[in-house]
Amino acid sequence: MQMTRRDLFALAAGLAAAGLIQVPANASEDAVEAAIKKFAGGMPETGGVEIGAPEIAENGNTVPIEVAADGAASIMILAAGNPSPGVGTFHFTEMCAESRASTRIRLASTQDIVAVAKMPDGSTKMARREVKVTIGGCGG
Amino acid sequence: MAKIKPRVKVPKKAKAGEAITIKTLISHPMESGQRKDRKTGELIPRKIINKFVAKYNGTDVFWMDMEPAVAANPYVEFSVKLTESGTMRFEWTDDDGSVYDIEKKISVA
Repeated sequence: MQMTRRDLFALAAGLAAAGLIQVPANASEDAVEAAIKKFAGGMPETGGVEIGAPEIAENGNTVPIEVAADGAASIMILAAGNPSPGVGTFHFTEMCAESRASTRIRLASTQDIVAVAKMPDGSTKMARREVKVTIGGCGG
Repeated sequence: MAKIKPRVKVPKKAKAGEAITIKTLISHPMESGQRKDRKTGELIPRKIINKFVAKYNGTDVFWMDMEPAVAANPYVEFSVKLTESGTMRFEWTDDDGSVYDIEKKISVA
């Protein structure tokens, strides 16, 4: 295929745009990955964790979230698009009827919620789910 | 500042081994440390509840570590299975070291 000068410009512009978009996304994605690795000791397999959240949250200041994972000893919640990804970690014992809990969280904008579950034997699982936010919850 | 008041919803009676739902709420601003004062432009220092724990007859049953992304007036819902009557004690620990608590008796048959 013959590469014209116009093609070359289009290609360069496309690469630059992709690069520009990737930088901020990666910065936060790195923090998410670091938090997951710190909690799980590696990258867990996807599946086996349930995230209950509204598809669209009108108010990012208080978004109801429910997480569950059969038999989990603890479940960590991360908000991948917040200034700091950590949200909280639930810890369960044998006296809990099931490893399921809910709370209300703050979301700065439309983003992914990540839940990582740790089993009593040390194995880990994770799930990811997008929540669209109409009004962000980290205003100031 | 508004008074910090814990509220919990716990059944008074339960059957042994039956799953019961516990709902908890505490009035607290959960100041994230990222908001700016509108007048001075300075950051408002962080002040959140960083830990919540539920104990039954002195044993930890459920606990949660909290970060600033937990919404104001933190609400937590979980379920337990009890085998004997006793007292459920709920404790919230503030960044400034204060602990807010409330106790509820549950009779298990």
